[in-house]
Amino acid sequence: MEYIIIIISAVFVNNILLSQFLGVCPFLGVSNKVSTAAGMSGAVTFVMAVATLVTYILQYYVLIPLEIEFMQTVTFIVVIASLVQMVEIIMKKISPSLYQALGIFLPLITTNCAVLGVAILVVSKEFTFGGDPHMLNMAQSVVFAVASALGFGLAMILFAGLREQLELANVPKSFKGTPIALITAGILALAFMGFAGLV
Amino acid sequence: MSRLALISRGVIKENPVFVLLLGMCPTLGTTTSAINGMGMGIATTFVLIMSNMAISSISGLIPNKVRIPSYIVVIAAFVTILQLLMQAFTPGLYETLGLFIPLIVVNCIVLGRAEAFASKSGVLDSAADGVGIGIGFTLSLTVLGAVRELLGSASIFGIKLINSDGMLVFILAPGAFIALGYLLVIFNKFKSRIS
Amino acid sequence: MVATLSVITLVSSALLGGVYALTKGPIEVAMTAKTNSAIASVSPKFDNDPSSQIILVEYLGKSYKAYPAKMGDKIVGYAIESYASGFGGRISIMVGFTIDGVISSISVLSHTETPGLGDKIETSKSDFSTQFQGKNPQEFRMVVKKDGGEVDAITASTITSRAYCEAVTTAWEVFKLCVEQTEKQGGE
Repeated sequence: MEYIIIIISAVFVNNILLSQFLGVCPFLGVSNKVSTAAGMSGAVTFVMAVATLVTYILQYYVLIPLEIEFMQTVTFIVVIASLVQMVEIIMKKISPSLYQALGIFLPLITTNCAVLGVAILVVSKEFTFGGDPHMLNMAQSVVFAVASALGFGLAMILFAGLREQLELANVPKSFKGTPIALITAGILALAFMGFAGLV
Repeated sequence: MSRLALISRGVIKENPVFVLLLGMCPTLGTTTSAINGMGMGIATTFVLIMSNMAISSISGLIPNKVRIPSYIVVIAAFVTILQLLMQAFTPGLYETLGLFIPLIVVNCIVLGRAEAFASKSGVLDSAADGVGIGIGFTLSLTVLGAVRELLGSASIFGIKLINSDGMLVFILAPGAFIALGYLLVIFNKFKSRIS
Repeated sequence: MVATLSVITLVSSALLGGVYALTKGPIEVAMTAKTNSAIASVSPKFDNDPSSQIILVEYLGKSYKAYPAKMGDKIVGYAIESYASGFGGRISIMVGFTIDGVISSISVLSHTETPGLGDKIETSKSDFSTQFQGKNPQEFRMVVKKDGGEVDAITASTITSRAYCEAVTTAWEVFKLCVEQTEKQGGE
C-alpha cells in the first residue's frame, strides 16, 4: 500500500517537473520530439534509481555515522558525476545498441538537477503515510526515485507530443520557441494540479 | 573588454534567464515572491563569483581530462559553504529556498561560466563576469518574483497593494511557467523593436 | 590527473571542515532562537529558559517535546510541539497552554501546504488560528464544523484544517500527560 501511495504521489501529485521544477532544463531542451524525450527519460530513470540507492547508503552508513552531514552536497554530486561516467562506459561495452539510444543523453544527466534533487529529497524529506510522518527506508527510496523518474518521463513525453503539434501551429513571432513552450507547460502543470489531494 | 563591460554584458546582452535560458529550475521554483527570487539570486551570485575566481586561479594546474569533475568539486564546496552560512545567519530564507540551495551545484549557469569564461580568463575578469551574470540572474528572478507576487497575492516585497487575494494560480506551479513565458514574450518584443 | 583531483577534493574538504567548525555555533544559536521565539509567542509570560528544561513526552508511541514556562518556581504553562499530516506534508505547530488548560496561542513552525489556501494556518496570513485562543479543549470541540465540531475550517482547505485540529488535539493530550507527570513528582 505504501508503495502505491509513493508511486501515485511521485508520478502525478508531486510530479518533479511540473510541481517541483526539477529537471526543467532538459524538459525545455530535448523535448522537441517524442523519441528523444523518451530516450532522455529512459536514461534519467536508470541513473536516478542507481544514484539514489548509492547516495542513500552513503548518507546513512558513512555521512551520518561520521557526523559529516555537511559534506552531503559534495559527496552526492561526485557520486552522481562518476556514476554517469561509469554507466556510460559499461553501457558502451555491454549493450552498444542501448548506448546508441541513450548514450548521447548521459553527459547531460550530471547537471540534471532532478537526479541530485531526488537524492537529497529522499534523505531529508519526511513522507507521510496515513498520518505518520517518517523518513523513507532504502526500498521505499528506490521506489520513490523510479516513480519520480517515471513522472519526469510522463511529463516529458506528453510535452514533446504537444510541442510536435505546436511546430505546425501558426504562433505569433514573439511567442515562437521557448515562450509558447513555457505557456504550454503551464497549462500542462495546471492539468496535473487536478491530481492534488489524491493521496 | 573592460571590466565594466563584462559586468553589463551579463545583465542585458547575455542575461542568463531571458537570453540564454539557463538555470530554469531555481528561476521557476523559488520565485513565489520578489524577496524569495532576490534571495535565490544573491545566493547564486555568491557561488558564481567565488567559483569563478577559484577556478580561474587554479585552471592552469588542472589536466584537461579531469577538468569538469574538478570544477564540480570546487562549485560544490562553495555551495556547501553557502549552505552553512545561510543556516547560521539567515535561517528563515534558508528554509524557504530549501532544496534549491544545494541544487545551485547543478545550475548550468555556474558550471557554464566556469567552463566558458573563468577557465580561460584572469581572476579579476572572472570575478567581474561573475558579478555581471549574478546581477543579471538576480534581477531576472526578482522581476519574475515581483510579477508572480503582484498577480498572485496582490502585493510586492510583502507589502499589500490592494485588499484582495490575487490570482492564486500565479503563486502555484502553473503560474510560474505562464508568467515566465509571457515575460519572455515581452522581452522578445522589446528586443525586436530595438534592433 | 587523479592526483590533481584528489588534491582539489582534499583542499575543498578541509576548507569545508573549517567553515563547518566556524558556523556550528551560530547554527545552533539560530535554531534555539527559532524555538525560543516560538515558545515566547505562544506560552504565557515566563521568566525561565523553557528550551533548556525540555520534557520529552510519549504519546501513542511517539515522542513529543514539551517546554515548561515558569514564573519563579511555579509552572504557569506549557508550550507543546506537535504535528500532524496535512495536505502537502507534515504540519508542525507549537501550542501554548496556561496551567489550567486554556490555549493561550498557537504558532506554525513549519508546513508545506498550498500557498494561498492551506497556508492560512499561519497567524500572519489569516485569523484561523486565533479562534483557538482562550479556549479550553475540555469544552471546545476541536473538530471542523463539517465533522460536527466547533472549528471554522479554512475555505477550500478542509484537509489542512482537519490536520491542524488533529495536531492541536495531540498537543492537548500531551499537555495533560505533562500535568500528570509534574503532579506525580509533587511539583518537583
